[in-house]
Order: sequence, then structure tokens, then C-alpha cells
Amino acid sequence: MSDYVPSIGLEVHVQLKTRTKMFCACPAHEEGTPNVAVCPVCLGLPGALPTMNREAIRKTVKVGLMIGSEISLRSTFDRKNYFYPDMPKNFQISQQAAPLCIGGSVEIEVGGQKKTIRVNHIHQEEDAAKITHLENSSEIDYNRASTPLMELVTEPDMSSPDEAIAFLTALKEMLVYAGISDCNLELGHVRCDVNSSVRPAGTDKLGVKCEIKNMNTFKGIHRALEYELERQMETLRAGGKLTQETRRWDDVAGVTLPMRSKEYAHDYRYFPEPDLPPVTLDAATVEAWRAELPELPAAKRARFIRDYGLPEYDAGVLTADPAIAGYFEATAQKSQNFKAVSNWVMGELLRALGEKGETIADAKIAPEALAALIALVDAKTINMPAAKEVFQILFDRGGEPAAIVKEKGLAQVSDTGAIDGFAEQAIAANEKVAAEFRGGKEAALMFLVGQVMKLSRGKANPQLAADALRRKLQG
Amino acid sequence: MSAPLHELGFLEAADALAQKTVSSAELTAALLDRSEKLEPALNSLTWFDREAALAQARAADAARAAGDARPFLGVPIAIKDLLNVKGQPCTAGSNILKGYVAPYDATVIARLRAAGCVFVSRTNTDEFAMGGSTETSAYGPTRNPWDVARVPGGSSGGSAAAVAARLAPAALASDTGGSIRQPAAFCGVTGFKPTYGRVPRYGCTAFASSLDQVGPISRSVEDAAAVYQLIAGLDPRDSTTSPRPVEDVLPAVRAARDLKGLKLGLPKEYFVEGLDPEIEQLTRAAVDQCRALGAEIVDVELPHSRYGIACYYILAPAEASANLARYDGVRYGFRAEAGDLQEMYEQTRARGFGAEVKRRVILGTYVLSSGFHDAYYLRAQKVRTLIRGDFERAFARCDAILGPVTPTPAFRVGEKTSDPVQMYLGDVFTVNVNLAGICGLSVPCGFTAAGLPAGLHVVGPAFREDLALKIGAAYQHATEWHRKRPVDPQGGRP
Repeated sequence: MSDYVPSIGLEVHVQLKTRTKMFCACPAHEEGTPNVAVCPVCLGLPGALPTMNREAIRKTVKVGLMIGSEISLRSTFDRKNYFYPDMPKNFQISQQAAPLCIGGSVEIEVGGQKKTIRVNHIHQEEDAAKITHLENSSEIDYNRASTPLMELVTEPDMSSPDEAIAFLTALKEMLVYAGISDCNLELGHVRCDVNSSVRPAGTDKLGVKCEIKNMNTFKGIHRALEYELERQMETLRAGGKLTQETRRWDDVAGVTLPMRSKEYAHDYRYFPEPDLPPVTLDAATVEAWRAELPELPAAKRARFIRDYGLPEYDAGVLTADPAIAGYFEATAQKSQNFKAVSNWVMGELLRALGEKGETIADAKIAPEALAALIALVDAKTINMPAAKEVFQILFDRGGEPAAIVKEKGLAQVSDTGAIDGFAEQAIAANEKVAAEFRGGKEAALMFLVGQVMKLSRGKANPQLAADALRRKLQG
Repeated sequence: MSAPLHELGFLEAADALAQKTVSSAELTAALLDRSEKLEPALNSLTWFDREAALAQARAADAARAAGDARPFLGVPIAIKDLLNVKGQPCTAGSNILKGYVAPYDATVIARLRAAGCVFVSRTNTDEFAMGGSTETSAYGPTRNPWDVARVPGGSSGGSAAAVAARLAPAALASDTGGSIRQPAAFCGVTGFKPTYGRVPRYGCTAFASSLDQVGPISRSVEDAAAVYQLIAGLDPRDSTTSPRPVEDVLPAVRAARDLKGLKLGLPKEYFVEGLDPEIEQLTRAAVDQCRALGAEIVDVELPHSRYGIACYYILAPAEASANLARYDGVRYGFRAEAGDLQEMYEQTRARGFGAEVKRRVILGTYVLSSGFHDAYYLRAQKVRTLIRGDFERAFARCDAILGPVTPTPAFRVGEKTSDPVQMYLGDVFTVNVNLAGICGLSVPCGFTAAGLPAGLHVVGPAFREDLALKIGAAYQHATEWHRKRPVDPQGGRP
């Protein structure tokens, strides 16, 4: 056991998936040509005023509802003042005094251990522009300026890098599920400030806090935390003292480094945003938004196990992506064989999607078609190799499995007369093998079944072929 | 021979254009000629472009000839240099916005444009509307047409001087702590600050967002009402505008003859030491006139009035310190070339802003700073609530409140520039109206022995613009003060 106990808290900034920006009608998430999705408001031109994006409010409130926050029926906006070229007004419109969502918690599981991570609050704010520092200059893309952001602040309830990542993974899964955000880390949809401290085992008082700013990959967060916690413990073990400070992660060197105090030491001088009246919600609206919430991943997993009789592994794979889960359920509704549906979705479908780099939304195979295909297999109308061939056709161009089976002549031959004929041909052509079987070599039968399959061009029902051969050889 | 074209008021010009006794091009040209002649002495305008204005006027004339009957088509109006007019410079009287050309119309401008008005010139203002004399403008001080050795008031001194000197029939202005009413009083014209939330602020370069309001300066209450109606009403781009419909007040304003049935409150706090005796006497005479018109005059109390200046000079700079942070040299306006970002910020703002703006940005930054926030900003917000409560109680006893607009008549250029506190105290009667978010009208009510105008302040409850305007109109119907005009100043600047 370690002599020190870590405490980790996260401030998670998430870009919301809205059509327009937080305070103007410019399109949000414009990733193309720089500085095209801009207007007087998001450029902070003289005289421009913000107006509220209600859709962003709705999405943030839904996050609060998912994690059990108390929703503020009256919340207010504040100006957070600091100078930086990515902030067109040199203040950020944010929430300090009365954020939208108060409290709440997220369940995580690490190494089979469940744990509850408390959330302090979630507030609504606007993103900054994207700034790229070149050798002798900097470029600013204001397309990103004023993109709706929610900031979720946890309590320091996590005690390992694994727990921090488990929290972020659970949160991300929830947000993607509910259509709150695409959570595309490469596009910077999720950015974290990571707070950590260590305290001697057996004590309660939190140690000195260090903040690592602006982390945007889960892997980076894990590495940075591993380094940072070790650094703090080493310092204390060596009899040193920690100072509360803000650090940054150097991914190449694999170390955290203190930031110059000038880079972060701000007195933000918060005060109420006079251009925006308080956002008021009535209880009925909040309830209506609650009713729109999707089933959360954990609940869905439990239901898949219960209602479809699936193994825990299958339920986990199928619910990892809400679209896949939806596809599974749509197919299962048309099928009697839930496990087969699960196998097809987890196996052939995910493989085929992966090969093509497509998502389920692009797939041409309708859930009804997959269900019908499974029914054909279960009815022994086609065998498995034929079914895979049909699947590939359905996946590539869609259509009806029965029609494809007919068109390709893939139906199994279950006509005992025809199979008997193939069996006789196989025995005649392979007298030596037939003699081996008669001599007691059971495995020789499989060779002959293969020959029957070959003669029937794959269409013979293998079980019937084996029966026919056995009859002829032993009869 | 009829009166010269430049004497036409806003509604008179609309009538003359409708009757086709004059064209917009003729009227606009006459005002531009006059501006060229008088500007050397007045410095009331920051910019005008003869060709652009005439092109707009000719377009209005062509539309009228084609049957367009919009009532204000072709009527010229001057615009305070704080309001964004697409394609025109908009500098807020500041070097930091030197060369900045507005890429969009303010909502009030879009509304006047839709009405067919011609934007004839831009008027001088204290830098970012911070001042009471138009002396803090980067373009230099505007002169009072009644005495060019004196200030026109501020911050809308350019608008008031231009309207008084007949360079425009009316002007748009803005009022954060008295910036419409005080210069109107100093220049002997009519100025109207509507209720907060009545007129859209979108496109009005912000000074103090919770106090700023756009309104007209004109030569009669009727004209003020006409301009007010054109610009008022809900704006989806300004979340602080009220959804209340704007009623047509013009018929009632034009018909106002007496004040029968109205109770007008007289706050004893407005007649105290420091009030110039001549101003007090002129105000009391105006109150008597109102009584003669049938109003019942009642005493009211506004006990927290005396904290108004202190409260205002905390809240307005606090908001301004954030509003003016965007002027940093990064995106537009003036940029000082410097070695690094921090130095660029510092040099741009050090050289781009004038002394009064810097004073207020520093003041506002200070009162919001951690450790001082509660003692200043929060305390001032509480006082603001008390001041608002004063007016609510007073309006339970009366329909509107009367008083002086300014404690003194127009002072001399340079007289108060070295003493900002003296300058701030000039706002004593006007700031409380902004803090309470209600409406206020300034109408001319006589002249001092030295021939300087004084203004009567008519303060109405929130969204009772109709009442304030009717009272002012009845008063003007019974008096001639608003018809007095200054002698044209001669030559250049004194």
C-alpha cells in the first residue's frame, strides 16, 4: 500500500452539438475555411450584443438531469474578464453566481469496483477562438469563438488516473448517447483542467492542489496524472513542500511543468452580464426535457441482459454505441433468435462497417433484412457460408435476403433424392476413403461430406449429406 | 419668403417633403452647406460626406416620385458617433477606433433607414460617451451655439449643438447618466431618454450596458416623439428590450394643451444647496406654468437621490471596464506596433484612449477587483435598488416628477476639465433616472441673465413615455422657449 492517497478533480469543458453559436446565429462547428462563420456578435464588434441559444441551455440541462443535478429554474450569466486574443471581447460570458445545474454524480467502475463521483455543478459558457502560434506570428480562427460550451466541475473524488479516465469515459458515453456532443477529442470537443493533490494515508485533509491546464486526450490525462501524482509524492517523501500552482503537460518530454504565473494568475472580476436577462425555466419545461432523455448506457446494458437474455459481454459491445444498440433492438424486434442477432451485429456487421470505415447510419442492410436472413438460417433454408455471402450483398447494396438466395441459387438442397445421388457419386469417386470409413475411421466421413458439398456447389444441407453417406456406407 | 430650409423641424420637414414643396436633396444640401459654414466655430460634427448624403437624399426623392409615401422618406437626421451606420466611420469620439468603418447598421439605424431617413452627418461625443461637456472627444471640444466659449454639455454635445444650430432637424443621441438631457438643457433644445429596454441598443457602442439608452434630440417634443416612435420597440438582437408594443403617442402629443387631472411631484431633494439660483428660479417658474396648465403639484421624496452620483460612478465604470476591453488592437481600430502581445495591448490602450476613458476603466477595474468587489460594486447595486424603490414610491403619489436637469447653466470650455469630480456632480439630477431605468425628458424653460438656456426635467415612470411626452408637449404649447434660437456663430473656433 502506498503511503500517500491521491485526490483528483476534473473541470471538463464540452462543446455542445448545436446548430448555431452560443450568443449569435452563426453556424457552430464550422471546421473549414477560417473566419467565415463570424458576425459582429462573435467578433465582439462595437455595439454588438449577445442573445441566448436556448438549445444550448436545453442540452446542458439534460446533462444535469442525466447525472441527477438540481436544475436552477433561474440562472444568471456573468462576465469573466481576461485579455487574450482568442477572446474577442476580452471577457468570456460564463456563469459563476447561479449556474444551470447544481450537484449530481456519475457512477464509475474500475477493476470491478463501483464508485460514485460527485459533481459540484455544470455551467454554460462560450468557447474561445482557435489560436495557432507560428514562428513569428499567430493566426486566430474565430469560427470557434462563442461555440456553446458546458463546463462540468467534479468534486475531488477520484483517487487514481484510471478512475479519472473511467469518469471521462462514462461521461463521454452519456453525452454521445443523449446527442449532447459528438465528444470528438481530435476536434477538441472535450478539454479538461485536471486538479490533483496527495495526502498521507490515513489523514482526511486534502493536500496542496496542482492544476494541469487544457488537456485534450484521455491518454494524455492518464500519463500526466501518473507523472504528476508521482512528482507530488516524491517531493513530499523527500521532505519537500508543494505550492499551489498551475502546470502544463509536455507530452513529448512526458512531464508537467509550472506555468509562468503571468499565464494564469487572473483576477477575473466576475460581475453579472448586463446584456443578458436571467435564464428562467419552468418545472414543466424541465420535465419535458427529462422525458426526451435516452436510456443511459448502464441501464440499457442491464435491460439487454434481462430482456434479450444476452451475455454481459454482448450487452457491453452492443450498447457502447447508441446507434448500434438501436440497430440491434430494431432487428431483435423482427427476430425470434436474439443471440443470433447479437452474433451477427457484433460479428459480421461491425466487421463490415470497420472495413469500409462507415457508421451504422450508412449501412444499407435494413434490420428487417438481417432478421429475415437469420430466419432463413434457422429454417435451414441456407447454410452459414451462404448466409455470409447473402449478408455481404445486403450490406453492399441492400435488398431482400429471400430474393438474393433465389437469384444466386443459394438455397440448401434438402431433397434427400438429390443428396443421395451426390453421396453415391462421392463414394464411387473415392472408394479408398469409403473403405477407410467402413474400416472404422470415423473422420473419413467428413471428407466425403466435403465432397458432397462440392458436388452440390455448397448447397447441400451438411447434416443430411452425412446422414445419406452413413446410410449408404453402412447399409 | 418662407423660412430657410434649415429651420424646418423633423415633422415639418416630413410635411414639406410630402407636399413636395421641397426635395430631400435640396434640404440635405442646405443642411450640409450650413454645416460647412458653421462647423469651424462649433465642431459639432465628426464626419459628413456630402456625396453619400446627397445620394441617399436623391434616392429618397426618386422613390417619392415613384409613389413611395413613407411619412419620413427623405427626412435628414444627424447621428451620434456612437451609433453604427453601415459603411460610415464609427469612432465613439476615440482615437482607438480611428479608421474603423461600421460593417453593420445598429437596429435604430436600420429602423430609420427603413423609414427612409437620410443620415446627413455624425455628431461629436465625449470619448465613449464618458463626459458631460464633449471635451473628452478625440476630435476636440464642441462649442455651445449660444456662447461658443462654453460647452454644449455631453456626452451628446455634438447632437445638441447641431440641432440647436440648425445643422439637422433632429439627431439621435444616447444617455447613460444624462447624456441626452443635459446637453439638450445646455443648448436650449428638447432631449428625450426613453425607459431602459424601450429602444434597442444593438449597434450602439456600449458604455455602460445596464444604463445606456438611445433617444432623440430635437427642437420640439412633437419631433422627439416622432423620432422616438420610429426607433422604439422589441429587438430580437437586444435581449434587454421590452416586448411591450409601442403605442402611437403622436396624436396625443400633438393635441396636448393642458395638464388637467395630472399630479406632478416636486422632490425637495432637487432644490438644495449647489443649485444655481437662476436655474432654481427658472425651474420654479416652469413648475408654476405647469400648475397654471391645470396640474396639481405635490411634494415627493427621493431620499436616496444623494447617493446617485457615487452609485453611478461605481456601476458605470465597472461595466465600461469590461465593455471597452475589446479595444485591444488585435482585430480592428488603432494598433500600436510593439515587441510582444502584452506590450502591444498596453501601448495600444495607452495611446488609443484618452485620459477620462482611462480614468474610468481603472476605476471600474478597481471596484470589481477581488477584495473591493463587495465594498464597491455590490454595495452600489444595493443602492441602485434603493434608488429604484424611491421612484416607485414617488410614482404611487404622482404621475410624473418635475425638476431641474442641471445644477448650473453651460460652463466655460476648460472650466472643469482639471476637476473630474466637479464634472461628475453636474449629473446629479439625471443619473438617478438611468439607475432607476425610467424615462426622462428635457425641455427648454428659459434663459439666464447671460442668455444661457435652462431645461425642465420631466421624469416619467417606466414605459410611460406617453405621459412624459404629453406633459412636455403641453408645456411647449404654452411657452415659446423652445422656439428661441441662437445667433449663428461667426468665423472659426474662439
